[in-house]
Amino acid sequence: MRFGHLVTLLIVVALVGFGLTFLQSRPLKPVDPPRRQSFDDAQVRRGATLAAIGDCASCHTAPNGPAYAGGVALETPFGVIHGTNITPDPDTGIGRWSFAAFERAMREGTDQAGNRLYPAFPYNHFAKLTDDDLKALYAFVMTRQPVRAQTPENRLRFPYSIRGLVTFWNWLYLDDKPFKPDPRQSDEWSRGAYLVEALAHCGACHTPRTKWGGENSKARFDGGDAEGWWAPPLNGSTPALEPWDAERLTAYLRSWDDRHGGAVGPMAAVTANLAKAPDADVKAIAVYIASHFGQPDVGKKVRLEVLLSRPEPDLGDDAGLARGRDVFKGVCAQCHETGAQVPFTVQNLAQHTSLFAPTPDNVLRVALHGIRTPAGGFGPIMPGFAGSLTPQQLGDLARYLRARFTDLPPWPDPTAAARRLMNQPEGPAPAPAVAPKAWATAQ
Amino acid sequence: MTLPDCPALTRRAALAGAGALVVSFSLARSAFAQDQVQPPQNIGREPKSPAPLPGSLKVDPNLDAWIRIGSDDSITLFTGKAELGQGIKTALLQIAAEQLDVDMGRITLVTADTARTVNEGFTAGSHSMQDSGTAILHASAQVREMLLQLASARFAVAAQDLKAQDGKVVAPDGQSVRYGELVVGSELHIPATPNSRLKPLDQRRIMGKPVRRVDIPNKVAGGPAYVQDLRLPGMVHGRVVRPPSPGAKLEAVDAGAVERMPGVLKVARDGDWLAVIAEKEWQAVTAMRALAAATRWSQPTALPEKTRIFETLAGLKADTTTINQKQAPPAAAVHTIEAEYRRNYQLHGSIGPSCAVAQMQDGALTLWTHAQGMFPLRKAVAEMLSLPEDKVRCIHVEGSGCYGHNGADDAAADAALLARAMPGRPVRIQYMREDEHRFEPYGPVMTSRGAVALDGSGRIVDWRYEVRSNTHSTRPPGAGQLLSAQMLEKAFQPGPPQPLPQPEGGGDRNAIPLYDFPSQSIVHHFVPEMPLRVSAMRGLGAYHNVFAIESLMDEAAAAAREDPVAFRLKHLKDARGRDVVQKAAEAFGWSANATRESGRGRGFAFARYKNLGAYAAVAMEVSVDRETGGVRLLRAVAAVDSGEAVNPDGIRNQIEGGIIQSASWSLYEEVQYEPRRILSRDWSTYPILRFPALPRRVEVHIIDRPGQPFLGTGEATQGPAAAAIGNAIADAVGVRCRELPMTAARIKGLIGG
Amino acid sequence: MVELKVNGAVRQVDAAPETPLLYVLREDLQLNGAKFGCGLGQCGACTVAIDGAPAFSCLLPVGLLAGREITTVEGLGSPDKPGPLQQAFIDEQAAQCGYCIAGMVMRAHTLLARNPSPTDDEILEHMSPNLCRCGAHMRIVAAIRRASSRKEASRSQRGAL
Ligand code: FES
Ligand code: FES
Repeated sequence: MRFGHLVTLLIVVALVGFGLTFLQSRPLKPVDPPRRQSFDDAQVRRGATLAAIGDCASCHTAPNGPAYAGGVALETPFGVIHGTNITPDPDTGIGRWSFAAFERAMREGTDQAGNRLYPAFPYNHFAKLTDDDLKALYAFVMTRQPVRAQTPENRLRFPYSIRGLVTFWNWLYLDDKPFKPDPRQSDEWSRGAYLVEALAHCGACHTPRTKWGGENSKARFDGGDAEGWWAPPLNGSTPALEPWDAERLTAYLRSWDDRHGGAVGPMAAVTANLAKAPDADVKAIAVYIASHFGQPDVGKKVRLEVLLSRPEPDLGDDAGLARGRDVFKGVCAQCHETGAQVPFTVQNLAQHTSLFAPTPDNVLRVALHGIRTPAGGFGPIMPGFAGSLTPQQLGDLARYLRARFTDLPPWPDPTAAARRLMNQPEGPAPAPAVAPKAWATAQ
Repeated sequence: MTLPDCPALTRRAALAGAGALVVSFSLARSAFAQDQVQPPQNIGREPKSPAPLPGSLKVDPNLDAWIRIGSDDSITLFTGKAELGQGIKTALLQIAAEQLDVDMGRITLVTADTARTVNEGFTAGSHSMQDSGTAILHASAQVREMLLQLASARFAVAAQDLKAQDGKVVAPDGQSVRYGELVVGSELHIPATPNSRLKPLDQRRIMGKPVRRVDIPNKVAGGPAYVQDLRLPGMVHGRVVRPPSPGAKLEAVDAGAVERMPGVLKVARDGDWLAVIAEKEWQAVTAMRALAAATRWSQPTALPEKTRIFETLAGLKADTTTINQKQAPPAAAVHTIEAEYRRNYQLHGSIGPSCAVAQMQDGALTLWTHAQGMFPLRKAVAEMLSLPEDKVRCIHVEGSGCYGHNGADDAAADAALLARAMPGRPVRIQYMREDEHRFEPYGPVMTSRGAVALDGSGRIVDWRYEVRSNTHSTRPPGAGQLLSAQMLEKAFQPGPPQPLPQPEGGGDRNAIPLYDFPSQSIVHHFVPEMPLRVSAMRGLGAYHNVFAIESLMDEAAAAAREDPVAFRLKHLKDARGRDVVQKAAEAFGWSANATRESGRGRGFAFARYKNLGAYAAVAMEVSVDRETGGVRLLRAVAAVDSGEAVNPDGIRNQIEGGIIQSASWSLYEEVQYEPRRILSRDWSTYPILRFPALPRRVEVHIIDRPGQPFLGTGEATQGPAAAAIGNAIADAVGVRCRELPMTAARIKGLIGG
Repeated sequence: MVELKVNGAVRQVDAAPETPLLYVLREDLQLNGAKFGCGLGQCGACTVAIDGAPAFSCLLPVGLLAGREITTVEGLGSPDKPGPLQQAFIDEQAAQCGYCIAGMVMRAHTLLARNPSPTDDEILEHMSPNLCRCGAHMRIVAAIRRASSRKEASRSQRGAL
């Protein structure tokens, strides 16, 4: 990081030379908050589904807080950034933003007053939205319930706290060329491509980031990081064996797939929001993503078959693995194996992507803190074992799971990971509610 | 927990054999018999006496059926009702202690037991205080008077100059005699009389006080409290293997491997009924899982399609009755409102799955169970096992709260079948979570249609209401009502479902509004055929009907541009009804033109349970998230009139709990199913309210009516709470959800983008 | 034979190591507090404390508990001599059927041990794994508040959060 500091210093010096005017944009004229009647109902409705696909609520609605009133704290490698209040409240929200101001924010990452927004707000994706869709989104946000709520101050480390630096980031990473459909692909695929690239910003988590926090365009969908969770690759580079196709992805994004299970962690909020999107759009997204996975690899298929039918592997005289097996048999198997037919359990964990992850973190987070569904939601409840199992037992369990259900090399020191994660205060990962019908048909 | 050691006894035999407990009074009958009293009548039938005896004294007028005093001063109180977590034990003890002038701690209470107590039928319908409380009130007062008479003879002092005090009768000169001394050689086997000299209201020390419940210390500190906690010598554990869906037939089972599992004593099969018995409980559970994996069932497509359930219900044949009609000369209607209301299947969902213990010894069966009716259960089990009724004894032991007819009777039947399979040893069964969720009888799906006409002055001139529903009770005494009895080789068939008659009603419970409309017509479409097995669930039809009526009242108030509370009062003459409405509104701070934050709303609702029980009004404040349709409860204020409040804190507890439970039903709960099976098999597939969703405040105001009859309270707020929530949602976001539960998805659907 | 430390005493139990703690507590040790509710970790009726942390005893095999300190509701007091938290439940009359209550007491116990004066929101969040069907929630919260060392909580605020 020493080199990094040097670079930053140079940049800061350069900044002083350029003067702040360069880093700011001109403010746009405030308007009176537009009235609901000034928007077309159909446009508002379309905006609602676009907002759902764009997952706006995840960053702009605090847990248990009023919708879109901001306040969500996002941990980034550069410090904590807060999702802003995007309700049409004139003082604390965006009530006085004209469409031009909204459009500039979405396409260029510059707010009404002319300040640069941090790229945690994925305007690098939104830049590709069509004008019509932007108008619909504007109609949607401007017709929300205005909420008076001051967005808390960000806590970024110097020099990242200087907003103007984002200008350089934009030179590197902002591509505002409009979206162009690929004429060789189906309309559905193109629709999916547009939704994923311009709106759903899947790459923001599923593509690895460069040191400067930009998406690495050479490794698109190779897997990344989301709030400390591993966001698995969305292409053939995935280490998981159970194949993903458009149908399974649709089921998963719709709430539950009987092989892969349902979303947890940050992805759960994404699927929860997607619940409001039309089937056709979700399917289009699935078709596009599935095309990146490509045809199921024969080698993987064979490996999976071996794993699914393989009896308990020989644990040798590895005492840790034997302990891990006892934890699995005594605790996990009660739902995951015994035929108790507990709803929302993946019965054969060899199908579960997270066991093939490079680190045991995802598995351990779920084992530690469990899964729960929002109030009244039909959906998974998994208890967390943070207090009842020791880090050693959890580490042994993770080792055993990896050995029993995958053919990959063991994770390095899962016990240390369990100890580290155990001390991170964290509620259970919320999971989206599942549509009973979807679940029934998946069975 | 004290366990009767005698397996099967008739009640008379127990009376005779209870030694010192039996007290004999010999008093001239005429001293009490102000009216001629008929000898005890048959169970549940009203004697044809001119002045009826109060409460359940009609069932058994003999005082010693209710109270016995031993020469050692012990006092035993008997009730045919059962503790279901409603605090009935404490309230009954309060009444008896008050009237007998003793400390509550001195009284031993015996609850429903076919060998020892009166047959008071089911503990249901919020009847316990009305029936048993009233009987005990009068029996205790009459016993006290009798004791005074006895002492009067002994001291040669006029009875009115004597005082009952702390288990003694005290004379003016200070000399006293203990109750135990007085009763030696006396005869208490005498009938009660219709009138009693109750202790004057101003002298009461225990009734009307928020006395602490007697059962709570054991429950917070791990004392034995439930049938689940029974551990009899030599007890073994059973589990049943239920079919994958109701009605599936057991085609094959390979029990060999299971029989060899550690601890397994027996695999028992009779027709489609399959069970396993093991030494230890966990062994029984694992064996049951293994056994389930070794079965093959036929899968009939028996269940309805959920998305079409209301059409299905509408298409079933119904017996239609007009249960109430009032006609007035036609008035000019300015507004008419028509709306249909719906309720989905809901389940009781006790936190503790049903449990029972049974022992078969020398051809007689003893059954410890938390079912709601010991005598009807005895009849059903005797029929199922082809035993004479006097060879079956059913003893109530508390279980987890049931809220109606849940799996308790079925579990008792399973215990009986298991005990028959393993004579001599007590067998305990507790259902697995999925057994309870999938196979308990549900609260029925219902629909109703209202048409309300208002005149120019905003007055309702005509009210039409039709409700369509299955039965709300498929309880024993028929063996065919027991789930497992339907699965036996020699299967018992459930009797044809019956509507419950007015005035209490079943699906039409509370279908007749308490308001005064000049013209009205109320129709009940009783649908005998049950797409899913259903039975009584807290409030029965009242939950749906009050929700519908009170929602319609708000719709009408809106059409008349009137404040909902004022609009109700304008149509309500019943004075006690008006009082609870006014009390709730005032305590809530209801005002006709309050301004509210957007997204927030308030709602009001009122009903008198069954039009016979407690009066309750509920005001509710909620906020609704327009984006998700999610409802957040903010505060609830209730006013209730239960007649004389024996234990105000007990009433408060019931009302608070009723509001919370109704909120959970009304916002989240519906049984999920598809043609092949029931999908709701645990709490993930049947979510209920959890702590974070609680309102910030629940306030209960009691209007006490000392000296007035006790009115059943336990079910009084199920309907009003639901309607108050619905009305508050409508107030908050301007959409009316007419289907229960009012889920976020339904509300969001109504709000739109 | 499995050795368990329950409520301060070391107990030898003749049970298979994979037996869930709940069944051993109820059957072998004849303790009534922990209850079977779902066996799935969804309801909390079986809650006990393990080294001071809340645990679902229905999903924890005894074989994994060597050397760990298990506390059940019986460890906090008895019906005749209730502990302070139990007394608070009695004072608030925080039960209807009471089937969930032992689990509630234990989960609350683990909260107060870590955080003697939790806010209402902390209480609600912490108690969220435990279900009550009777609707005794408001009183349960009041009891926890009463047992906490929060100043304003010293008098009963039953019915209010
Ligand atoms: S019984 Fe353990 S959580 Fe329900
Ligand atoms: S008091 Fe009955 S479940 Fe909580």
